[in-house]
Amino acid sequence: MPDLVDPELLRRTIDTALRHGGEFAEVFVEDRRSAGGSFDDGAVESLSSGRDRGAGIRVVRGETTGFAHTSDLSEAGLAEAAAAASAAARGGGGTVEARPFARVDAPRPHEIEVAPESIPKAEKVALLERADAAAREAGSAIRQVSAGFAEGRRRIMVANSDGVLAGDETVRTRFTVNVVAEGDTGFQTGSEAPGYAVGWEYFDTVTPESVARTAATRALTLLDAVPAPSGKLPVVLKRGAGGVLFHEACGHGLEADLVSKHASVFEGKVGEQVASELVTIVDDGLLARQWGASAIDDEGMPAARNVLIEHGILTDYMWDLLRARRAGRASSGNGRRQTYADLPMVRMTNTYLEAGDDDPEDIIAGTEYGLYCVQLGGGQVNTTTGDFVFGVTEAYLIEGGRITKPVRAAQLIGNGPETLKLIDAVGNDFDTWAGTCGKDGQGVPVSAGQPTLRVRELTVGGTAA
Amino acid sequence: MIEPEELLSLAKKVAERAEGNEEVEAYVSASRGTEVRAYDGDVEHLVVSGSQGIGVRVVVDGREGFAWAGSLDPDVIDATVADARDNAAFAQPDEWNGVTRPEEVEGVATPLLDLWRASMLDVGTDEKVALALELERAAVASDPRIKTVESAEYGDGIGASAIANSLGVEAMTRRTVCSLSTVVIASDGEEQQTGYGFSVGRELDDLDLLVPAADAARRATRLLGATQIPGRRIDIVLDPLVSASFLGLIASACNGERVVKGRSMFADRLGEAVGSDIVTLVDNPTNPLAYGASTHDSEGVPTRRNEMIVNGVLTKFLHNTYTGRRSGAGTTGSGVRGVSSTPGVGSRALSLAPGTATPEEILADAPRALYVQSFSGLHSGTNVVSGDFSVGATGLLIENGALAQPVREITLANTLQRMLQNVSAIGSDLTWLPGGAAGVTLRINDMTMSGA
Repeated sequence: MPDLVDPELLRRTIDTALRHGGEFAEVFVEDRRSAGGSFDDGAVESLSSGRDRGAGIRVVRGETTGFAHTSDLSEAGLAEAAAAASAAARGGGGTVEARPFARVDAPRPHEIEVAPESIPKAEKVALLERADAAAREAGSAIRQVSAGFAEGRRRIMVANSDGVLAGDETVRTRFTVNVVAEGDTGFQTGSEAPGYAVGWEYFDTVTPESVARTAATRALTLLDAVPAPSGKLPVVLKRGAGGVLFHEACGHGLEADLVSKHASVFEGKVGEQVASELVTIVDDGLLARQWGASAIDDEGMPAARNVLIEHGILTDYMWDLLRARRAGRASSGNGRRQTYADLPMVRMTNTYLEAGDDDPEDIIAGTEYGLYCVQLGGGQVNTTTGDFVFGVTEAYLIEGGRITKPVRAAQLIGNGPETLKLIDAVGNDFDTWAGTCGKDGQGVPVSAGQPTLRVRELTVGGTAA
Repeated sequence: MIEPEELLSLAKKVAERAEGNEEVEAYVSASRGTEVRAYDGDVEHLVVSGSQGIGVRVVVDGREGFAWAGSLDPDVIDATVADARDNAAFAQPDEWNGVTRPEEVEGVATPLLDLWRASMLDVGTDEKVALALELERAAVASDPRIKTVESAEYGDGIGASAIANSLGVEAMTRRTVCSLSTVVIASDGEEQQTGYGFSVGRELDDLDLLVPAADAARRATRLLGATQIPGRRIDIVLDPLVSASFLGLIASACNGERVVKGRSMFADRLGEAVGSDIVTLVDNPTNPLAYGASTHDSEGVPTRRNEMIVNGVLTKFLHNTYTGRRSGAGTTGSGVRGVSSTPGVGSRALSLAPGTATPEEILADAPRALYVQSFSGLHSGTNVVSGDFSVGATGLLIENGALAQPVREITLANTLQRMLQNVSAIGSDLTWLPGGAAGVTLRINDMTMSGA
């Protein structure tokens, strides 16, 4: 892969950034291309393409980080941004002489097989039409279908005064279907949007028809759904469905920046039992094909598999370069940013709860009465208290050890650390979910995964009288 | 480049590239800003940002193509126009597609709004840093139980945008904004609760740093001692901040894009009573007090006052040019977009017609109700197609007309349709908030609360 910017120019930019002092300086260069198409109401609505490139420069001096960015990658543009970052880094503190560059040789999690740009637009548009047809065939109650594809290619280059010089290229592809169905109880919606960090080989395993059928079935199922029960119930989360819950309710609390600001319930608990012994939680930036995978993070550090909780014991937090430097340890490869115009911070990549030994069928059969969740909507967590709330977009009652009626309008509400302790069965299956994780106004692609598992008791907020 | 005249001149040059029967529209924006975050008595970071971009729509024979770029370099603009043109060839024709026509901007006077304060150009970095540091000190000093200030931030932005199309419609605007915001953590033994506060304005004189400090501290400390309570049916009183997000949901059901595509619970209910008769919902971007105020929408159409619900009756949907043509209702000047997307439909300055009761009077008249300080999971737990509403909440029980026991881990459920019918009091305390809506104390009867 050719360099986005000549390393000699990056060297001069770092020197400019450090000219008024500072212990650390970094240049992050990004070139991002995206394309997508949307289908709605029986027709291809629009195709779009986007291009964004630029560099973000940061200087750390004492306790203060100065940051500036530019979309001008010329020598003059980079020098101007470096000078602005230098002026913004106003803290006291020492100075450092930049070290010579050494290229970071980080293994890629997987190779991209088919460049999305190589596929003719007409062929892409045809996929949208197939999805529309499949969704409408799923049932006569289907009223509206919209479908879309999105592809993105992101090239980055990072250089810093510690001598790091690294580059990476990631490609992401996603296909989305949203459906509205109408029945006696009014309108219901269903959606499905699997995403992977792969090229057009995505469609070797995901078909427009499969995505469309899943979304359509979801909407149709809800037409027959009964109001969800309320109160404390056992909750079984189907494989893949609940990863986002652990991402939100536990993962964020394990980010070192929140821990150091006393905004995490997990502060000071390394080495302690914080979860059921059945629980092992891992963040793995190298998990092949997954939405949050890359060779390096956005600070040039190799992505890695980091065990956060092992058999219930808290083993480590996730770290970016800045927090790791202050703690006198190495980064865990979790420094990420949305674009070149944003400062990096501690972020998750692919976070999952490892599979266990139980047969998923046995977990359901062993539950007398409870809720079986197949898809969760978004959620929210207060990392300081650990309290979370999640919307449930597809769920069923479990009665007498069997999955029975679909339910609607349910919320799961609880506390992250308490929920981890209440997991009493972990299946031997596994699946993931792709999404955008928001923190401090920045969104980055992540995946979350988990086997089918049961939480002994969780508050379900439904509308049943 | 930040002068709107320069952006407009650039947009016009791009629009003039239309060939044959093509329609071309260029939307150009540029902004710069500063963000200072204080932590533990120091500046944690100081960010100097500047960005610019262009979005180009090409419509030919009813086929629409779009491309955008985060740069205004001539070679990038050339490539963007070419991409948009190429993309148009693959879309299917839609008779309602097309850029804004001159007749669609006629007959509505462009509101006079001054959203620009030249004083913001003269604010030095030292002054911004001092405000962030002072805010952090004020937050700590506001209550002895505030042990940690998670963040204390000063932010500002100066932005300009312009739009021009090949049919001769054009518009430009510029604005300034600044804000102070803080998130604090209140502690009592092992228990911690968070609260936030903000102050926002168009120039520094509009800001009052004691307000965010005191608001954040009050919101955090009053939740200390929160317990779980058993579920029951309950009346709720929404804090003004919370009512603004509830209004956002209702406005979303009035969104013309949702309506023409059958994705709104209101789609076929125009003229019907959808709320209690005290509910009048208005979107008025011509109000200079609203932070979302704007002279034009993002398709160059002048904004205007739109009344969506009047005394409980659904009277109007919001439209951009596409949904306006398709529905036959015409655009309401409600196109919204960023550089990287085609225009959608949205509200900018949403508010309820205020009532006459003070917040204290509403509390006094709501025995055993729940005062809601925040909703969580609002977007995943609500559905403006079906009307389902089921969200998490934190708040305090109301006893003897005052806020009493704080509660946690509860959910509130109902349908949006019934909630609108059950609005039983609207306060007189209308407050414009960042994010395009005004908040007001609001009572809604008969929710399902589940808890422990």
